[in-house]
Amino acid sequence: MPVHPYIPNSDPETKREMLKEIGVRSVEELFADIPERIRLKKKLQLPHAKSEYQARRDIEAILSRNKTCGELISFLGAGCWPHYVPAVCDEINSRSEFLTAYAGDVYSDLGRYQAFFEFQSMIGDLVAMDVVSFPWYSWGSVSADSARMAVMITDRHEILAPRTVSPDRLSVMRGHCEGLADFKLVNNDPDSGQVDLEDLKSKISSKTAAVYIENPTSLGFVESQGEEISEIAHDHGALFTVGVEPLSLGVLAPPGEYGADIVCGEGQPLGMHMNYGGGLLGFLACKDTERFVSAVPHRLITVTTTERKGEWGFTYVLPERTMFAARDKARSFTGTATALWAITAAVYLSLLGPNGVRELAEVIMKKSHYAMKRISEIRGIKAPVFNSCHFEEFTVNLDETGKAVSHVNKALLNSGIIGGKDITKEFPELGNTALYCVTEIHTKADIDKLAAALEEAVR
Amino acid sequence: MTEADTTGYHAVSWKEPIVHQLSRRGRRGHQVPQAEDELRAATGDVISQIPEKMRRKHPPELPELSEPEVVRHYIRLSQETYGVDSGIHMHGTCTMKYNPKLNESIARSPKIADLHPLQDTDTVQGVLQIMYEFQKWLCELSGMAEFSLQPRGGAHAVFGNARIIRAYHRLNGELEQRREIVTTVLSHPCNGGSPAAAGFEVVTLYPDEETGYPDIEALKAAISSRTAGLMMTDPYDTGIFDSNLEEYIKTVHEAGGLVAIDQANANSLLGRLRIGDAGADLCHFNLHKSFSTPHGSTGPGTAAIGATEELSKFLPIPTVAFDGSKYYLDYDRPHSIGKLGEFYGVIPNVLRAYAWIMTMGAEGLEEASEVAVINNNYLIKKLLKIRGVSLPWHESHPFRLQEARFSLQKLEEDTGVGVADVNRRIVDYGLQDMETSHEPWIIPEPFTPEPPETTPREDLDRFAEVLDAISQEAYTSPQTVKTAPHKASISRIDRAPSRDPERWAMTWRAYLRKAGER
Repeated sequence: MPVHPYIPNSDPETKREMLKEIGVRSVEELFADIPERIRLKKKLQLPHAKSEYQARRDIEAILSRNKTCGELISFLGAGCWPHYVPAVCDEINSRSEFLTAYAGDVYSDLGRYQAFFEFQSMIGDLVAMDVVSFPWYSWGSVSADSARMAVMITDRHEILAPRTVSPDRLSVMRGHCEGLADFKLVNNDPDSGQVDLEDLKSKISSKTAAVYIENPTSLGFVESQGEEISEIAHDHGALFTVGVEPLSLGVLAPPGEYGADIVCGEGQPLGMHMNYGGGLLGFLACKDTERFVSAVPHRLITVTTTERKGEWGFTYVLPERTMFAARDKARSFTGTATALWAITAAVYLSLLGPNGVRELAEVIMKKSHYAMKRISEIRGIKAPVFNSCHFEEFTVNLDETGKAVSHVNKALLNSGIIGGKDITKEFPELGNTALYCVTEIHTKADIDKLAAALEEAVR
Repeated sequence: MTEADTTGYHAVSWKEPIVHQLSRRGRRGHQVPQAEDELRAATGDVISQIPEKMRRKHPPELPELSEPEVVRHYIRLSQETYGVDSGIHMHGTCTMKYNPKLNESIARSPKIADLHPLQDTDTVQGVLQIMYEFQKWLCELSGMAEFSLQPRGGAHAVFGNARIIRAYHRLNGELEQRREIVTTVLSHPCNGGSPAAAGFEVVTLYPDEETGYPDIEALKAAISSRTAGLMMTDPYDTGIFDSNLEEYIKTVHEAGGLVAIDQANANSLLGRLRIGDAGADLCHFNLHKSFSTPHGSTGPGTAAIGATEELSKFLPIPTVAFDGSKYYLDYDRPHSIGKLGEFYGVIPNVLRAYAWIMTMGAEGLEEASEVAVINNNYLIKKLLKIRGVSLPWHESHPFRLQEARFSLQKLEEDTGVGVADVNRRIVDYGLQDMETSHEPWIIPEPFTPEPPETTPREDLDRFAEVLDAISQEAYTSPQTVKTAPHKASISRIDRAPSRDPERWAMTWRAYLRKAGER
């Protein structure tokens, strides 16, 4: 084959010289450890190499079959939300130093350590907690870690969570904690959606490791009894864990101020494109005590000083606690995480600052409230289902129209609109309901178009 | 300074403040989209609708900077970071190969960036086709029957495989009895950590002094009716292929267990050995290692799980399937372990790896493995000429696959200069620091360079030249090495806050509190 552009030493002369230097006649001698019996005897059945131009052309042809949320108008959220990504975010996460670095120590990679510390710091500012760990896969993964931490800290094995918890995240949590923690669901008030405190009190016990709530809930409304739930949890020796969508914290009280011991959430809205679900970034925060810090399964970066004045250094906290050193004794796992997204989130939060975050949250609320208002004016549609304050997502019930969500969504798609997520299977008690998401990217015209198309579709 | 130090290199050293220290009240770095007047009028004050006690009373104490200041700050931090594109980067166990720019440009197309994971599958046929075809290619490369692209890193994939092993034994009614996973200490630590997180007890085997891998009798002694499975890396980070593999697999299968092989080091095997052909039941490939997707400063990564025909029913949902005319997400898999995470994985990485295979072709993949192995053995030859460097198991394994784990024990004994010192010093020469070893250090004072196929020969020569220079320094002026770095972005750090609750500060707010500044 011709010399490959990515493989400098693939030219035959270089290879020959290198083999001579090694002292072997054939490259096969170098593979002597691999038993002959199990070696591949045939040629790989894969395409032949294409030029850069041809590869680009072929892949772009395949990708052209996608219809994006930029080409259509989408109202999908449910764990991956459409937000504007400032150009600076992509500029920084395309910097090849950040993009192609990995695991060097602080002396070769100072910059990325500082960016991680800044990510931790700014998430700490948002959620009002002093300890934030290295970023992780996704909200579901960190909520699973929060449950694992609660079990380690309390030596109890039951987690209570409201019925409104995201089914997607709950399934990730259950899977990750199989054999370690049982998850029991607490009822919520059918009218307001708020946690039924009496039901919580009846279910909490000395077996409860943690009460986990999400705020805003996966159905979009604000749970306003944070303090009460925190008190009930703590009265029973359980921890109180809150999962958050971070932009809501521009206007909502941070969990650190209503008693949370552990906070987790999804950082994708902080400058990550949706990437077909590939832009997720879980964050995890907790109290600043040895008991909590020792239970964090992921890396933790502390700021420190150096020998020279005016320099910041960074290092890992209690490195022996994680799987890297403790292996199976850690009883948790960590590893390659979502660092590039954490750097991006740091950039995003630096750009927005305290006022930008608040303004953005307010704009999102205005737009989603406008959408609720418009949609609820359509005959037979109830939006939202719950009588509570909503942030960016809300439920749209179609029961009285007699039309199924799937049917309506097909009709919307014909008008270039992606309707809300069909949640009839996940929340059968809500009837024929979809979950809509409206953010700063939606214009009044987009929302009006949706309302008109919905009206047409349910007619 | 020595002869090797002729480049005049000095790392960028900005003494860049923490972003909060750059804050100036009243500045802003981004104008958020506004709500139209008519819309504002229609909704009125929304904030007052938030129940009083759930309203944020004080804005978050985020820094306030203008856009140019934010850009400059993070550009400076990027300049103080050493990527594959920056220079000689052979951080072992990680396969730090070049990440082609074509793949990056494709992965950042709006045609993938702006897709929501819950879109009607009719609108995402392009991305599903790529996922589907890529899975088929991985099957061809591994000899496995089916793949899942969901795991977001190697440890996640090993965790997924541990859960598949659980699901298999549960279905057979043997989960209560089969509580143990056997692994080997030279496997990546996640082969112990992830199964333990999945609820297993872990038995760890140590290598034989002569061969570099466990004695087959030791393995047989560890396998019993309690064994759920064997989870190990092969080849190891020592670059030694554990040639007992077939025998292990036979032994574990006879005892009713399953075998999952961590293919993190597959870069030396492409087109030469398929782990499915060796009899493994499960495996995983790290796309951010062998398949050239960028490491992103530590993720997001992707690790694809492969399973045999018999075990594929346990793979995470959804899988990507094709009905002859359309690609779709298949949730109808009753034996599945469920979701490993929300949605389908880090899909831009799948695009990058897809583009990579397309530009490499079958021949290119084989060539990549071959050249990576040549590079490694060339480097071994050079490094073993350096005073104080040794290669454990050199006699039994003179040739290695993708990398090798050396020891500086002799250097340390002779001069007091250990690998931590050398690693700080190597940075002064403009090289990325070296991977030492995963824990525990069964090789004393270890270092593990890995020169993938994208490393030019001149880099191998330079790496050896620099290590030789540092060795000479250790013997002649050890203080130079012990007080390094001298030309890095910062001087030696104080590691004490690492284990001092009074001093550690994982956030700026905690730092200010502990420093008494608020």
